[in-house]
Amino acid sequence: MNDAVTPIADHELHAYVDGELDEQRRVEVEAWLAAHPSAAERVRDYQMLRDRLHERFDPLLTEPVEVPTGPPARYAHAFARAAAISALVLVSGALGWTLKGWTHRASPALEIADLVQPAAFAHQVYSTDTRYPVEIPAVDQALLNRWVSLRMHTELRAPDLSTQALTFVGGRLLPSTDRMAAQFMYEDGEGQRLTVYVRRIGRQDGFTGLQYREEDGLHVFYWIDRAMGYAVIGEQPASRLIAVANAVHAAMQTTRNRQ
Amino acid sequence: MNRHAHQVVQHIPRLRRYARALLKDAERAEDLLQETLARALGRLGLWRHGSDMRAWLFTIMHNQYVNECRRAQKRPDALSLEADGVLEACATSRADQHIDVQDIAAGLMLLPEDQRAVLLLVSLEGLTYRQTAKVLGIKTGTVMSRLHRARERLRTWCNDTRQTGVARIRSVK
Repeated sequence: MNDAVTPIADHELHAYVDGELDEQRRVEVEAWLAAHPSAAERVRDYQMLRDRLHERFDPLLTEPVEVPTGPPARYAHAFARAAAISALVLVSGALGWTLKGWTHRASPALEIADLVQPAAFAHQVYSTDTRYPVEIPAVDQALLNRWVSLRMHTELRAPDLSTQALTFVGGRLLPSTDRMAAQFMYEDGEGQRLTVYVRRIGRQDGFTGLQYREEDGLHVFYWIDRAMGYAVIGEQPASRLIAVANAVHAAMQTTRNRQ
Repeated sequence: MNRHAHQVVQHIPRLRRYARALLKDAERAEDLLQETLARALGRLGLWRHGSDMRAWLFTIMHNQYVNECRRAQKRPDALSLEADGVLEACATSRADQHIDVQDIAAGLMLLPEDQRAVLLLVSLEGLTYRQTAKVLGIKTGTVMSRLHRARERLRTWCNDTRQTGVARIRSVK
């Protein structure tokens, strides 16, 4: 034991327990503890606390990682978001979709300002409009496709989502922040609407995987693929919207590959 | 799924362990976990590649927790974000309730939230002092002083319960 060593402060006892000391100081503290039983007892207590915490909470580590089955009533809102993302994690893999990193991404802030927010706003404005929800109705789909393709300088078709049990209502051309955008509207069996929003955004090689954001109580699933931004917006369960997003993605790929 | 999303998923068990230790109510803890995941995945693009993802996730969880507490100020845990005086009152009022003297989780709940968070991040999650400071947005020195107070208080609690079988709160500052 070496009494010449710097006295051991309280915080060093903690640092000792937590492995925060360098080797030399650790040895010094150990030597000091050997001569100071009450401090040594404190250290043992601290270690005991750590052990008890692990004993008590480590069993939680083996709980399965899965989506909760039902929303607790008082957190229904939070749950909707949670379910969205859990479903995203689980389903995206299964459907062959990828959650990509952002190596080639435009700035997220830009995506939100130019894609997510206008898409959500357009959804709110038109999907709730009982009289004129669309500019060009489904019966004139060929016309709609030509029109939006022409104005947006790219081959664009309203995706067929009949496999998702969605009926095409029609679409419209919209001014977005600084570009034109197209909105396609669909209805499900209960008459609930969802919209698909497309506009040019970002760099030519821009690419993101499926992203999620809640905007004004709406689920927005969006992605960017080679300078085009896509969004699927609705109030339907997130798992349903993910399936729709996958179908839209597939349809858009097909259209582009034909170009 | 890409590997970053995979990484997030790999951290779920530890995030859950922390949330459950931090919040007594398992349902709230699960909500906190899910909210954290939603935010993390939504902001995966903001995660700096190569940086410590676990610390990043804990930071998101902490911020989410603080937000939630601000939203629901009536809940007791929310009070613990306020001045220390309130914390004491909160802890003391809980001391009157029945406490399972064997359960360290009950002892944890007697700690002010800020001390509890530090203790759990260091002692349970094994974060360094620096990481803990970053996660909680406080100085390393503050981590150390909170850690000291938390441990001393819990130690006293453990000794008291061991001796008397009754949970008493001693004013340990």
